[in-house]
Amino acid sequence: MLIRRPDDILSSAITPESVYLNRRSFVGAAGTLALGAALSPRALQALQATGGQQLKPTSEADATSYNNYYEFGTGKDEPQDQAKNFRTKPWTVSVEGLVKTPKRFALDDLLKGLPLQDRIYRHRCVEAWSMVIPWQGVQLKDIVAKCEPLSSAKFVEFTTLLDPNQMPGQKRDVLPWPYKEAIRLDEAMNPLALLVTGMYGKPLPNQNGAPLKLVVPWKYGFKGAKSIVKIRFTDSQPHTTWNDVRASEYGFYANVNPTVDHPRWSQAKERPIGAFLKQATLMFNGYGDQVASMYAGMDLRKFY
Amino acid sequence: MTWADIDAQVQPYLKRAEPFVRRWMHWLLWALVTVPVLALVAMYPLGMLGANPIREAEHFTGEWALRLLACSLAVSPIIKLTRWGFLITERRFLGLAAFYWTILHLSMYIGLDMYFDVHDIVEDVTKHLYITVGMLGFLLMVPLAITSTKGWIRRMGGKKWNALHRLVFVSAIAGCVHYIWGVKKDVEEPIMYAAVFVVLFAFRIFWRRGSTGARATARAA
Repeated sequence: MLIRRPDDILSSAITPESVYLNRRSFVGAAGTLALGAALSPRALQALQATGGQQLKPTSEADATSYNNYYEFGTGKDEPQDQAKNFRTKPWTVSVEGLVKTPKRFALDDLLKGLPLQDRIYRHRCVEAWSMVIPWQGVQLKDIVAKCEPLSSAKFVEFTTLLDPNQMPGQKRDVLPWPYKEAIRLDEAMNPLALLVTGMYGKPLPNQNGAPLKLVVPWKYGFKGAKSIVKIRFTDSQPHTTWNDVRASEYGFYANVNPTVDHPRWSQAKERPIGAFLKQATLMFNGYGDQVASMYAGMDLRKFY
Repeated sequence: MTWADIDAQVQPYLKRAEPFVRRWMHWLLWALVTVPVLALVAMYPLGMLGANPIREAEHFTGEWALRLLACSLAVSPIIKLTRWGFLITERRFLGLAAFYWTILHLSMYIGLDMYFDVHDIVEDVTKHLYITVGMLGFLLMVPLAITSTKGWIRRMGGKKWNALHRLVFVSAIAGCVHYIWGVKKDVEEPIMYAAVFVVLFAFRIFWRRGSTGARATARAA
């Protein structure tokens, strides 16, 4: 758990301002080096995942203080405070539904042996703001393999912890609890899909979904279920929270799509947190090369 | 205990408070209207507007516009209860303050949210009902602000002027609806604002129905 007091930050851990101001050239040089000499496979992987484009991460302070996490309050600044004492250890994830054998994994066992990924992803909220987050986690396809789904499984559902004592937001019925999200199995097998346990090189903060959060960067942020306790495989499309609550505004697919507006606001542009001007939203949040083929032939106006 | 009994009991206290209210109320209201502007200006450099300051400033100005509108609508009921007729000038003061805060709210939207992009603004106003309703609420305030001067009251005559200024109720309803429809899911806060207006409206309805001889004075509401 992370409680930030001024004393917690060693002066040696603070990036010198000159380096910070020149971070683009610094990161650029590092990227060129990695690409050119192929010295670091992990850096290379991170670059590939962003389509070779350099993304400048959102400030960590913003990414950890501006959160939609209704279990800890509906205000964006509430989760940082309300999730302070959330217990993420011990943590168990149960695997259910169409699997060879339903199991309960201690989180460490679920992750054991899986290669850790460093990915800098765009994050696009359905509310038309965006961030760039450096995540650490494992590929979801590796987890799926560990769960041993049956060939009849077509969807994966993720359930957030239900514990109103620890999650005060669950004492109000703003949403039907527990929060549930789901994606198709082929989407889960996409190399971009992650289950993350960290960001900015540190353990995932509680307000960002610790200890285990789904990250599917080509979809709107609400698809990324937080503090996951259950992974369930099904053969029919599972119910998902926002889609159940208001289907006209939040589709099951929720792929980032600048041409399909939310009924109450345009999705054509987004406000990057930390920037003054808005920017154009990219189809599939810029990950079309990696994901568009999964939706070939589908009417994305209907399956929004 | 009847209303008259309560009134009789409260009157001595009101008498005692009156000189203070006469002396300080206007300054207090000036503070109410201006301090939030200063607070907003100060909050930005202090980082108190959070990670999305433009959105926060938009909400901040919108909420204050609604609060001041509620304050201006509270003046008439307060006059009825206290018989402090001298407060009537504050109704116009607060109404105009609400109008200026609405302009501030609108400026945040047009300038900082939409960056003066006429195409985006027109599309937003025509396609998204909560924006349409909000804009309607603002537009209805414009004639009220223009005719708020003594000259206009004289020219129009009290009857006509009062009739026109009843538009403020439509504006208030539009403001509440704009807020309720604008939030994503948690309507608790906008509902609380709406509840305040419901109380202010209910008071007027109750007053009109309840007292037969009060018709003429109720007009002032």
